This record gives sequence, C-alpha cells and structure tokens, in this order.
Amino acid sequence: MEMDDVVMEETPGTNAGEGSGVEVAFRSVTKRFPPHIIANDRVSFEIERGTVHALLGENGAGKSTLMNILYGLLQPDEGEILVRGRSVTIPSPQKAIALGIGMVHQHFKLIPTHTVAENIILGLPSVPFFFPAKREIRHIVELSERYGLRVDPRARVWQLSAGEKQKMEILKALYRRANILILDEPTSVLTPQEVEELFTTLRAMKGEGKTCIFITHKLNEVMAVADRVTVMRYGKVKATLRPSETSSQELAQMMVGKKVIAVVPRRYTSREMVLRLENVWVMGDRDFPALLDVSLTVSQGEIVGVAGVAGNGQRELAEIVTGLRKVKQGRLFLGEKEITHLTPREIASLGVAYIPEERHLGLVGSMSVAENLIFRTYDRPPFSQGFLVDWGKVEAHTERLISDYHIYPPFPALPVKLLSGGNRQRVLLARELERNPRLVIASNPTAGLDVAGVEAIHELLLKAQEKGAGILLISGDLDELLKLANRIVVLFRGGIIGEREREQWTEDDRRDIGLMMGGVKR
Amino acid sequence: MMGEIILSTMNRSLVYAAPLLLATLGEIYAERAGVLNLGVEGMMMVGALSGFIAAYSTANPWFGVLVGGVVGGLFSLIHAFASVTLRANQTVSGLALTLLGTGLAGTLGRGWEGKMLAVPIRSLPEEVFRSCPGVVRMLFKDTNVLALLGVVFAVTLWFFLFKTRPGLWLRSCGENPAASDALGVNVWAVRYGAIFFGGIMAGLGGAYIAIAYRPSWSSGMTQGMGWLAVALTIFSFWNPLYALVGAYLFGALFHLAFRLQVWIAPEILNSLPYLFPVIALVFVSRFAFRKKIGVPAGLGKPYERGTSE
Amino acid sequence: MLYRISPLVAYTVFFRGAFGSWYAISETLKRTIPLLLVGSGLALAFRAQVLNIGAEGQILFGAVAATWVALFLSPPAGVTLLVMFLLGFLAGAGWALIPAFLKTRFAVNEVLSSLMLNYVAFNVVLYLIAGPWKGKSVRGFTYTDTFPESAWLGTLGMTKVPYFTLFSGIVVAILGYYFLKKTAWGFELRIVGNSPDTARLLGISEERVIFLTMMLSGGLAGFAGVGEVAGIHHLLRHPSHISLGYGYTAIIVAWLARANPLATLLTAFLLGALISGGDALRVSLGIPFQVVSVFNGLILFFLIATERFGHYRVSVRRKVKG
Repeated sequence: MEMDDVVMEETPGTNAGEGSGVEVAFRSVTKRFPPHIIANDRVSFEIERGTVHALLGENGAGKSTLMNILYGLLQPDEGEILVRGRSVTIPSPQKAIALGIGMVHQHFKLIPTHTVAENIILGLPSVPFFFPAKREIRHIVELSERYGLRVDPRARVWQLSAGEKQKMEILKALYRRANILILDEPTSVLTPQEVEELFTTLRAMKGEGKTCIFITHKLNEVMAVADRVTVMRYGKVKATLRPSETSSQELAQMMVGKKVIAVVPRRYTSREMVLRLENVWVMGDRDFPALLDVSLTVSQGEIVGVAGVAGNGQRELAEIVTGLRKVKQGRLFLGEKEITHLTPREIASLGVAYIPEERHLGLVGSMSVAENLIFRTYDRPPFSQGFLVDWGKVEAHTERLISDYHIYPPFPALPVKLLSGGNRQRVLLARELERNPRLVIASNPTAGLDVAGVEAIHELLLKAQEKGAGILLISGDLDELLKLANRIVVLFRGGIIGEREREQWTEDDRRDIGLMMGGVKR
Repeated sequence: MMGEIILSTMNRSLVYAAPLLLATLGEIYAERAGVLNLGVEGMMMVGALSGFIAAYSTANPWFGVLVGGVVGGLFSLIHAFASVTLRANQTVSGLALTLLGTGLAGTLGRGWEGKMLAVPIRSLPEEVFRSCPGVVRMLFKDTNVLALLGVVFAVTLWFFLFKTRPGLWLRSCGENPAASDALGVNVWAVRYGAIFFGGIMAGLGGAYIAIAYRPSWSSGMTQGMGWLAVALTIFSFWNPLYALVGAYLFGALFHLAFRLQVWIAPEILNSLPYLFPVIALVFVSRFAFRKKIGVPAGLGKPYERGTSE
Repeated sequence: MLYRISPLVAYTVFFRGAFGSWYAISETLKRTIPLLLVGSGLALAFRAQVLNIGAEGQILFGAVAATWVALFLSPPAGVTLLVMFLLGFLAGAGWALIPAFLKTRFAVNEVLSSLMLNYVAFNVVLYLIAGPWKGKSVRGFTYTDTFPESAWLGTLGMTKVPYFTLFSGIVVAILGYYFLKKTAWGFELRIVGNSPDTARLLGISEERVIFLTMMLSGGLAGFAGVGEVAGIHHLLRHPSHISLGYGYTAIIVAWLARANPLATLLTAFLLGALISGGDALRVSLGIPFQVVSVFNGLILFFLIATERFGHYRVSVRRKVKG
C-alpha cells in the first residue's frame, strides 16, 4: 500500500512569480473518531497564496474532515495549523471568519424565506441598524460584478437554482472579506456551464491574490482549474503536486490505490418487463411540472441507471413509482398490472422495494433493529396472526437477517440510531430485499458511506439483480452507474434527454453522459 | 344608528382587545425566534396578580403595570431554560408554565380575591379629544392610554422585526438556527431574549386586565385569553400588523356577542370567543398550508449545535 | 411562610389527607379512577404524538350524555348504566373527533383546538344546569335533579369508591399496554408517533392513527365522566365540581408514565394522592385548591428536565462510538 506513495519535494518560495508565500500550512494534523476511525493521519502539506488548490480523494478519504478542522467545525487531536505563518487554533467558525477563512458547504446553510441580501449580511454587527439589507445592496452588487457571481440580491432564496445558491454562498464569504475560500464538492450540484462559470470566478479570485481550496473527487476538474493538487487516501496525504506535471491516470492511481474501478455489469437475459412508465407527467412541490412526458421501462434482472444533476426530477420519479406522489397524466405498470392510482402500501405489497435517498426516512431511529426489519411485513403471516404480532417469530427472523446481512453490532433490541451509517443502510436493504422484490427503487443508496460500506451495498444490489429483480438505480454518482448499470437514462429538467445501453462502458460513454447531464443532446 | 353601532363596537373592541394584542405581539416574537410558548395564559395570570398587588399596595397603577410586565418576563425564563438550555419539548414545557402560572396566581392571590382597585388606570378625559371631529371622539371615548399604546406597539414591533438588523437576526433564528449560528448569530441569546420579551408582553396584558379593564382581582380573570393569543399568533401569520387587525376583529366579535345576550343564553355566547379562533384557524391553517407561508421553519424545534442537517 | 402555616404542618395535613386513614386512601382511590381511565387513553394518544389536551371537555361531554340517559331517556332499569357508559364513551369520542377532523382535514394544531373546546364544553354544562336541565326541586341552585337509583354505581363497602370504574380503569391500562405491544395497530401507532415521515413512506395512514387515538382517549375520558356522575355525584352540576381538572392532571399522569399505559396504574395513583392531599389542605388550612396546579406544573418541568438529562447520556455515548 505504501509503495505507490509519491513524494514530491517542494519547498514554498521556490516558485517565484506564482505566489508570494504560504497561506495555510498543515503540520501533522491528526483527527480520530473513536474507536476505529482515523479520519486524518499526520496530514502535512502547504497551500500557497493566490492559488487554486485541489484536495482530491474518494469518499471517506478525510478531505472534508480536514477542511472542517480548518473552518473551526472540528478540533484536531494532534498537530498544528499555520495561517500566514502563524500557528493558530480555530475553536469556531467565527474565529475562522476572523482569520479570513470562508467555506461553502456541500449542503448550503441558508434561509430560504429570506432574500439573498438578507442571507449575505446575516450575523454581521457592522451592517446598518435600520434597513440593513436595503442599504447593503450596492456593496453586494459591486462584489458580484467583480467576481462574475450574477445573482439578484432582492430575490428570495427559495426561488434560486442550486447554482445561484452557490454563488450566494461564495458572495457571503467574500462579503466577510475571506482570503481563503474552501469549497466542498462545489460542482456536484452544477451543470457543466455553471461549472465553467465557477471556474471563472475562482480565476478572478486568484487574480486578486485570494486562495481557493477545492474539495473534489473529479479528476477532470483538477486538471482544468487547479494550480496544485493534494491527493488523500484513507486519511493520509499521498502527494502534493502540480497537475501540469502529472496525468489523470497517475492521479487516479494515487486516489484509489490498486483497486480496479470498472466492474462489468452483470448481464441479464430476460426481456420480461417489470416496470413501464407511459408518458408520465408529474407536478413538483412548487407546482411546476417535475417530470414531463417520461416513458421508461425496467426489465427483469436489469439495472437501469438514472443519471442527472440533482433536482432534475429524480426524486419525483422515485416517488411516483412507489406511490408517494400523484401522477398528473400518464400511466404506470408493474408487469401487466396498472399501478398508477395505487397507494404506497399496495404498491409495496406487489413487490416493490424502496431505498429512499433520505435515509432517515426509511428507518425509525428510536425503534429497535427487530422492529425496523418488519416495517413491511408486521401485519401479515408469519409475523401477524389476525390482530396480534408474534414477537417470537420476529426475533428468529431478525437474528437470521442480522447474520445474513452482517449487521453489526448483532443485537435485535438495539435502537437503530445507535448503529453506524453503513449498518443502518444494511438494515434498510435487509428489510427491503428480503421480500424478494420484483422491482427495487434505489435512490443514491451509497451516498456518504465509506468505501467498504459502498462495496457492501453494491454487492447486495447485484445479488438482488441475480435473483431477477429489476432495479431502478437513481444516482448522482456517474461512476456508480457505470459500475452497475446495464442501461443508463439521463434526466434533464424533468425529461429523458438521452439513453445508452452497454455491456461494457467506455470513456466516451462517460463523456457523452456527462454532457447530457448538462443538457447537451448526444 | 348603524354607524353608531359600528363605532361603539370599534370603541369597545379597542379597550377589550388590548391585552389580547399585547400578549399576541409577545408570542409572535417568541415564535419568530423559533420558540413555541404555550405558557401565555400562565404568564398573563402572574402578570395580572403581581401587577394588581403592586398597584393596590402603592396606589400607583403605573407601578403595577411595570411590575406585571417584569414579573411576566421573569416567569417566562422558566420556559426559556427548559426549551432553550435543556432543549425540552416546547409544547409540554409551555403547558407546564400555564399550569404553574394559573396555579400560583390562584394560590397566592387568595387573599386578594374580589378586591377592587381604588386607583386604577383611568379612561382618558374627554377634553383630550375635544378638538377632534365627532367620529374620533366616539371612537376613543372611554379608552385609556394603555389600550392606545397597543397600536403603537404593533407598528413599532412590525418595523423592528422586518426593517432592522436585530429583527433580521431574530427571524433568522426561527427559520434556520444552524445557519444563523454558523454566521455568528448567538441563537441562545436571541431565543432567551425573545421569550423574555414575550413574557413581558403577556405580563403587561395580564396587568392591563387587572389594573385598567376590570380593575380588580379574581383568579381565572384571564379566561383563556392566553390561549386566544396563541391562536391569534397563527391567525396573524406571525406578523404584528395582522395581529393588530386580528385582535380588534376578535374584540369586536366579543362585544357583538355580548350585545346578543338579550336573545341568546349567556353561556352559549360565552363559548363563542373559543369557537371563533377554532373556526379562524381552519381557514388560516388551510391557507398557510397551501401557500407555505408564515410558519417559521424552525418553530418548536430545539437547536443543538452540530446536530442539525 | 405563606399563609403563615409551617411547611411541616402542611406536609402532615397533605399526607394524612392522601394516605393517613382508610377514608383518606378511599378519597385517593376515588380520584385515581378518572385519572387512570383518562391517563391511559392519553398515553396512547401521546405515544402517537397526538396531543389531546381536550380531555377535560371530553369528560364533561361523557357526563352530559350520562345525565341525558339517566334523566330523560330512561331506559329499562336493568340496562340504564350500560346505556349511560356506552353513550358517554361515544359522546367523549365524538367531542374528540372535532380536533381530529380539524387536524387531518385542515392541519389545525390539535393542542389549540382541543383546548378551546374545553371552554366550550364548560359553558355547555353551565347552560344545561342553569337552563333546560335545571332540576325542578333544586330552587335557587344550579344543578339537575338527582338520578334514579338505577343509574347509580355500586361502591366498595362503606367508601365512595365505585368498583366498576376502578376495575375498568385497571383493565383499560393493561389492555392499552398489550394493544401497543402486541397488536399490528399498536405497532403502526408507534411508528407514526416516532416518525410520521417514515410512516408516510411505508404507506401507514397517519389519519387513521390520529382518529383512532383521539377517539380512544376521548372515549375513555367520556367513560370517566360517566363514572363521576353515576358513581359520585348522581346528578349534573357545576363543571368544576364534576371534574377537578382531571383532564389536565391526566396529561401529567400520561407523561409521567412515559406514555406507557401500564405505568399509569402507578402515576394515576400518585396524582390521585396529590389531588386528595390538596383537597385536605383546602379543607383544613384554607389553602386554595389551585395549589394542585402548582404541583402539576412543577412535576411536569421536573419531568422534561430529567428526560433531557437522560438524553445527554445517550448522545454522549453515541459520540464516543463515532
């Protein structure tokens, strides 16, 4: 494992003309989450002033932990942080802001009912007492023009697109005179055009001597915008180097180690349809059509991936198939049976399993593992005879599932909220897949899990496929889809903009699907 | 004739609705900061009793009003401690505050039961309005300074809430405490302050009843007005200006109900004040639900740093 | 101190009044019965996060229905009590249906609507006893005529404790426990109470749970109201005499029992003792009865405070786990 470490000798100050010194330095920063996890293991590297510095790594590599430490949200167990040469402790975000550090989180922290201006000035005692938002608008407009962050300061935040919200978050930091801007996976909610705009902004900031730290797991973005890149894996720094002196392949190698990325999707033979959507229209929460005239099929034993930037109708798609949302127009079939107007419960009992995106909705944290495992079956034999639940049978059932699905710790009576994220997801999958469903709707089933957890969930989905279930896999992670799917459809603004079917996915497919996610037809 | 009825109804509503308005304005601030306080009835009762005792003992009604407000505010801190510091269930804590407040006022006020205040807050003398047109004179006949202050309060509080920096901070704490905290707003202080202010306003409302409206003491004299204030907070979409309209609307309805006593049994009419808000809530909840407006997104949810989102 | 009574004397009077003699214990039991019936119903409702604060009014409606049966319907003597309890249960449940309907149909907060309806019920009883139902033989007083003896509940020995409602209360608490623990409906109720969003995702009808718990808790309150007029007063009188705030105190009974119906057997008895002790304070020392509300409020605060401290322990442990 240590063999492929790349150590680049690099001392600050030797690259004259590019920056004028070190803005941030990490010295042996270590952060543990007892009992087993070491999120950051003696992390040391330097970030130069006036550069875009990418922090590259897989989920769980420790990038976000490190940046949360820099922003004062977490405290390191060991090590030292230097900002502009001075050793600092950062107990809170307020201190970070005072040090000129700003952060744009992956999940924006904003107030939807307020205007953009009100969000930006919130918390600052220096703004005027009367009409604070109105009187600061000019300042905000000036900032947004300087950095190419076009967003109407009078608009209510709930009316904004994800890209505009991000612009607002960047403005928020700039308004607080941030010299160091941390962006946590900033492109995951953006279309390719918006990504370009973001990069333009980053370059403008660099031009003014500001430093940007940019967390990502996407190689092409590193190559496109970063001056330096630090690669992390399993909490350790593998290398800090210049993108111009390396290649995507080399970075990928460092990022994932010796793991093979591509798994050939398992083939399926049957052409028997399990799910069919016919010209379906659905309204979203704000009375806009969220799905427009969508037609889609899933066959037995087939994994259909749904790609797309979040917010293009994925949630609504999952909700209509499971009966949680009403269809405005069009029809849905499960096999030959029409399910357009059935209730969630009726659809579930026809053999539809659902792994919702909001994981906390699938389980009840304060109830036990055993209870969570019978949420779909408590009212029918063998667990229920007439009106009464047979807890003896439930117990035996639970113990079997705990060992089959490797749920740890193996205590049926333990409240689910005391399990780790990965084990909670196993409980959910155990419950949903144990019924041998005909159709599985899985919505970002591995988001936020560590590498081992992701692998386990993928295994379970593939096993369900082998048993003949059709799987509708909705994921924002294109790599996950390329790994598992037999066919991929791309959702853009509520419609299917394109579709591909492959036995073996290629780099061209990845590029084309990426373009389609941004609305470009291929 | 018709105009006269309308004018006199508005006039009586101005006097009757004042304590309701004061308590509602306070509750609006607490809820805008994200804290549901169902203890309004209790806070009004302790405010009424303490205000009455102070006014009775010193023969100074304004001192009584002051004491009522301060005691109401201090009493509300129990709820603040439970709901903000201990992050307890706000509904239960508020109910407990009402039980405690009404119980305390009933127990401690035993010796004052039925006593009349010799020096109450008097109605404004007619001379004040002498130079005004007849309509104005009729509208403000037999009103008192405190009742008129309610209008001033409502407008000022509306302005403060929506047009000033601290107002923005307060609303932000009710909408998204985690985001506010991250930006340096002291959520703890804002919520404590808003609850305390709500307690002062409820205490003032109670003191108004005991010192200006009645002016006497009997346990149970608030007659569930605290609960009306909680309902009116929803009815007014957490906006002080709408609360002004709502409070006087309620006040006018009560007065009309009172006038109907000639034809309808008083017990039935006495139920109307409690039926109106329920019916009003039906319309308002429906509307608010559909439009998704008004309800502070963080209302009723205890905030704990580092756990939300 | 307050009222110039030494606390020691007050405590002594209080405990004698609650437990000091067979009479005191029977007084405590008499108060325990409605608290047990109402409290175990509210425990079910609270478990589903349905905050029915309207039990006081539901008790009164049960009493009204019972009075109507006893004085005006006059069924055959053998079934009078049966019809009274049946209609009383239905009246309480029906009164509780209003907030349930408003909540499910119009999203009206049930705390406010059920509480407002208490005041309405209070006034309805006042209207009946002063108006149409005012007794012919009572002259200036406002209460109804006395029920025929066929509408009286039997009592334990020489006491005033009606055994039928005492027995019913115990049975209801046990049945409520088994309902939650063993039945599919009880399981659904707990899912809805713990996470309404998950319940929606599973297709469990939140509406059904709201109606069910409101009707059960309201019905049991109505049942308790029948017990009060048929077992103790034998007529309909001023609402604050029919129910000594049982509907409010039962909230604490249920909360103190952590919404576990079985535990209300204990908590109802404790709060029953609180009420009879408070009553003794009033009779012997002239301390107003509202002192019971003070205790209730303090207990509730103490309860939510300790609940939170318990929570701290759990969250600390979880953080250590990572």
